[in-house]
Amino acid sequence: MSGARGSALAILRGQIERIETAEVAHQHERVALGHSEADAALKGGLARAAIHEVFCEGRQGAAATGFVMGLAGRVCARRPLLWVRQDFSEIETGALSMSGLAELGLDPRRVVMVRAADVESALRTSADALACDALGAVVIELWGEIRQFDLVASRKLTLAAQGSGVTGLMLRMAAQPLPSTAETRWMLRAAHSPPGSMWSAWGAPVFDAELLRNRHGPCGRWIMEWSCDECQFSEPSTYPQPVAAAPAHRPDPALLQQRRAG
Amino acid sequence: MIHALDEAAERLGLYIGQPLANARAMCPDLKVFDADTVADAKTLSDIADWCDRFTPLVAFDAPHGLFLDITGCAHLFGGEAALLRTLVRALGRQGFAVSAAIAGTSVCARTLTRQASGTIVADGGEAEAISGLPVSALGAGEAITTGLRRAGLKTIGDVASREPHEITARFGARFSTLLAHALGQGDAPINPRKPLPDYIVEKRFAEPIATDTMIAMTLSRLADTLVTSMEKQGKGARRLEAAFFRTDGVVRAITIETGRPVTRSAVIDRLFRERLDALADPLDPGFGFDMVRLSASRTEIVVQEQRDLDAHVHDNDELAALIDRIAARIGGKRVVVHLPQETHIPESAVLVASAQHHLTSAMQAEWPARTESEPPLRPLRLFDKPEPIKVPFATVPDGPPHQFTWRRALHAVVRVEGPERIAMEWWRQDGKQLTRDYFRIEDAEGLRFWIFRDGLYEGEVFDGDGKPASPGWYVHGLFA
Repeated sequence: MSGARGSALAILRGQIERIETAEVAHQHERVALGHSEADAALKGGLARAAIHEVFCEGRQGAAATGFVMGLAGRVCARRPLLWVRQDFSEIETGALSMSGLAELGLDPRRVVMVRAADVESALRTSADALACDALGAVVIELWGEIRQFDLVASRKLTLAAQGSGVTGLMLRMAAQPLPSTAETRWMLRAAHSPPGSMWSAWGAPVFDAELLRNRHGPCGRWIMEWSCDECQFSEPSTYPQPVAAAPAHRPDPALLQQRRAG
Repeated sequence: MIHALDEAAERLGLYIGQPLANARAMCPDLKVFDADTVADAKTLSDIADWCDRFTPLVAFDAPHGLFLDITGCAHLFGGEAALLRTLVRALGRQGFAVSAAIAGTSVCARTLTRQASGTIVADGGEAEAISGLPVSALGAGEAITTGLRRAGLKTIGDVASREPHEITARFGARFSTLLAHALGQGDAPINPRKPLPDYIVEKRFAEPIATDTMIAMTLSRLADTLVTSMEKQGKGARRLEAAFFRTDGVVRAITIETGRPVTRSAVIDRLFRERLDALADPLDPGFGFDMVRLSASRTEIVVQEQRDLDAHVHDNDELAALIDRIAARIGGKRVVVHLPQETHIPESAVLVASAQHHLTSAMQAEWPARTESEPPLRPLRLFDKPEPIKVPFATVPDGPPHQFTWRRALHAVVRVEGPERIAMEWWRQDGKQLTRDYFRIEDAEGLRFWIFRDGLYEGEVFDGDGKPASPGWYVHGLFA
């Protein structure tokens, strides 16, 4: 009797596993960012076929745009990028400049821009685009707190991304993080250029990136530099690394491992 | 001035063009309304839309007539007589007084409507049909009509009986051409409102349809038929129009453009579904639609490509289809690609173009290469209009500011790179443009700006007295 039940349970477990793995078929693909500590925290890199959120304060919009552009550049791998943006964010932080994009070492030829009038059409367009497997990534740029983007909307985007293998990057300017189904969530600030004399040339874009949420690993905070020539993130060479603050809402990963071992 | 009047007023002896004061004197209790020519034109245009159900070739005949070219269409409505009856009765029900006639030439038909509404003239019978009508029916203008009457030519038949060269000598070549056309000798071309679409399919309903499912089903069936007829000639549609004819006469047309020729009915179906879903003022069926027409107004020959082996082609197709879908929903101008331009002026270095039409050229565009091992020289975000900033006076005249106020926040400048001088294109623009000195700036927080001084010190900017003034400063972009 118990043997029969056990085998039935095993069959069911197998079925559930199959359903889940079918859903997350693309999820094993990860793209290394180039910053070793961040890649370690992300278990090898940024997951494809998932949604990643990048938040920033209003005036840090350009820094966050650069970071998202970097992520998109890593993930896209010569496939087209669809950039969906809300009209209002262009007024606030300026239009995405293709010359600037080329200066970052990325390819402006593969960028198709959707100028959505409002949040609803931006979200709908993004859900549609995320289901199209010809794209490398879809960036959704939204300004301010958004009522319409709730868990259901977020889940819709995640499912679309999982189905097609397209990566969704949400650029949320002037917004506070809310619960969502995103794989990772970042808080972005601009970081100083490496110290030097006041009049010296300053270097590549530097970000102060804080990983607030990571579904499959620890969080952290790093100074990341985008190297335009290699098209990847790296540790700034002449910059003192700040000590990552221990995330308050999660137990320390080191402690957790000790406990498991012990 | 009287613009139009009804039959009762006409019986009283009032006429169009009469001064209102005179008319009031003749009939003190005259009811007067202001003429609204714009609304009249709109109504005529709406009626023309409605008439599209009989033939795609509908032309305006100013000021208040319509020509319908029903060549080859009449049998669909049970013959010419039945068509005329249907048209007049339907418009009559809407409260319009219609006079209509069918003839071999447009001018003859117009002449008939003025005096003998409801007449149908077979080919060759024009001269006979209009010979008994008064000359005013020709509509040749007051001077000619009076002249003809004075000459004792009361009817069109009288005029036609004269030698053409006599008529030409007395009333001009234009009138004799008009007369010839009216008599069925040659015809003046009509000028249809819309070009004839390449392919048309339509469905009429005895019982009007109103539900969304029925509309969607009808559209997809029509799409099937359309695609089948286009396929025979190897064509694909670039521009599609669906027209919904409501029972009360209102016609709603919805147009869709695509970046590549569409050859599959499923795609057409989906594009229309997207468009209908996203309409700001949704399709209002009212009491139902009694006809739906789908036409391909622009078509292209489809080049068959080998798809299976080349995944790249497949990807581009998928992308083009996605762009079409998004464009159908939110509008073609809202999906864009970028093309590089040969200019140093930052705001015009990139041309924004519709993705539907320029996807291929954008994918192959040549962008200026970046300088290796240099940090970005152009900002990632660029303001359409440079935003003015406040800079305190105590700066080196040609140098960068030490601090500035932008959007009410004070930014202390920590690092500076520049200037990069960009001179305006004097050979292109009218009026004097100021030279800009751009600086890349980092503030105490690590934010990076691209600011410029508009004009050279003591060289380009002057105040009212002709003395050098301090030029303005602007933020033009933000670096990552």
